[in-house]
Amino acid sequence: MSAQNGSVPKIRVRGLKKAFGSKIVLDGIDLDIAPRTSMVVIGGSGTGKSVLLKCILGLIEPDSGLIEIDGTNVLTAPRREAARLRARIGMLFQNGALFDSLPVWENVCFGLLAENRITRAAARRKATEVLAQVGLGPEVITLSPAELSGGMQKRVALARAIAAEPDIMFFDEPTTGLDPIMGAVIDELIVDCVKKLGSTALAITHDMASAQRIGDRAAMLYQGRIAWEGPAEDLLTTAQPLVHQFTHGLAEGPIQMTLRR
Amino acid sequence: MTLSLNPLDGLAATGRFTLALCRGAGGATLFALEGVHQLFRRPFHLRAFLRALMDIGYASLPVVALTAIFTGMVLALQASTGLSRFSAGSAIPNLVVLSVTRELGPVLAALMVSGRAGAAIAAEIGTMRVTDQIDALTTLATNPMRYLVAPRLLAGLIALPLLVVIADILGVLGGFIVGTLKLGFDAATYLTNTINFLHTDDVVSGLVKAAVFGFVIALMGCYNGYRSRGGAQGVGSATTAAVVSASVLILALDYGLTEMFFTK
Repeated sequence: MSAQNGSVPKIRVRGLKKAFGSKIVLDGIDLDIAPRTSMVVIGGSGTGKSVLLKCILGLIEPDSGLIEIDGTNVLTAPRREAARLRARIGMLFQNGALFDSLPVWENVCFGLLAENRITRAAARRKATEVLAQVGLGPEVITLSPAELSGGMQKRVALARAIAAEPDIMFFDEPTTGLDPIMGAVIDELIVDCVKKLGSTALAITHDMASAQRIGDRAAMLYQGRIAWEGPAEDLLTTAQPLVHQFTHGLAEGPIQMTLRR
Repeated sequence: MTLSLNPLDGLAATGRFTLALCRGAGGATLFALEGVHQLFRRPFHLRAFLRALMDIGYASLPVVALTAIFTGMVLALQASTGLSRFSAGSAIPNLVVLSVTRELGPVLAALMVSGRAGAAIAAEIGTMRVTDQIDALTTLATNPMRYLVAPRLLAGLIALPLLVVIADILGVLGGFIVGTLKLGFDAATYLTNTINFLHTDDVVSGLVKAAVFGFVIALMGCYNGYRSRGGAQGVGSATTAAVVSASVLILALDYGLTEMFFTK
């Protein structure tokens, strides 16, 4: 699974393993994501999609394997170098993960303020600009996250992810908990932001419509390994039995759900 | 159904408890060292520190003030019934000021702050943990220990002594009110007795205790909140653990510090 256009992959994962106690979650993941492409990883609940994302982000330490960003292995690189590489990743969390204690504008520009890259006055202006990119007006900047609807919170979280103009973006279940129309709006915003910034994107989702809207390529995670990889538009048409069963939501097939009756 | 009691079960349970205690103590110690270490790293999050100072100090002021004033009043009343048996009623101001500054001011203020601010710290950080906000900090190039823990440890260290100064004054005032209005003390005599009997060491020892207690309250709040898992129930357990562990540590450390200050 080399980078699709032959160039050095933006993100390269090899033999990534992670277990929690006796439960093996990642069992040798190999995955390449070419620069400026969007990869969508699908898979059932508990198959390790979020763990994969968190390993790349440095939030979880893998047991073994290799994770390269722009050709540098972040697992063996000096701490400062790894932090610098990871600082170029913007992340949209599943539930938004907005900071309750801060108003919307401070949430959006948190990273810039924390690194002293911007003054507080400039941060308010910047937040207004970035929020406009995700379709929110200046009236929301002083509100707290709790005063926003689910869709608005997702947009603010997206604004926070793109505020520092990252060259890699991660999306963890971006449409979970949203109605289909708002889900489509968020997907459209994601595609728009990724294209404008020229970023490389990695998204994980259960939502097949969302996967096809966001992704250039797709991969399916099953039993800790990448079971299939191909163009995102093939997700619904591929004959690969695991992908076919998963994308069509079939109870019968190679994926067996263990139900206790 | 028969119950079989194996004597080794008790031993195993004791072993498990001891191991858990050692793990907890070790974890909290490493957490405290990392928190203190982050205090000296840049950038220092001044706004987070000022907010924590307000939450721990200013917001706890009413409950600490009420506790102190009523404690001083009760102390004077109880002292009068006890000391009058030995015709030593004139020692009431001395007993009130010593008890309040050395012991009751710091301990009761710390227990009150532990129940209010310690619980709030654990609940806030615990909620941040289970809603991925702490992970979000990391992805935004912010060290969570530096942003969440270090400012609160410093705020606890500073806020508690300030609260205890106020608690000391109000505790003595409580005794003064009961002494002059109920027990027939002359106001000037009561104050003279109080001031003459009080030594700098009495106040300073109480303030040192307060600083230690403040640090412990913030530490237990942060540590338990930071380790919370599993949603609302996990946050609830973390909050309870923060208050209980801080309260027990306050009482244990109080004995240790009293031993250190006053045993020759």
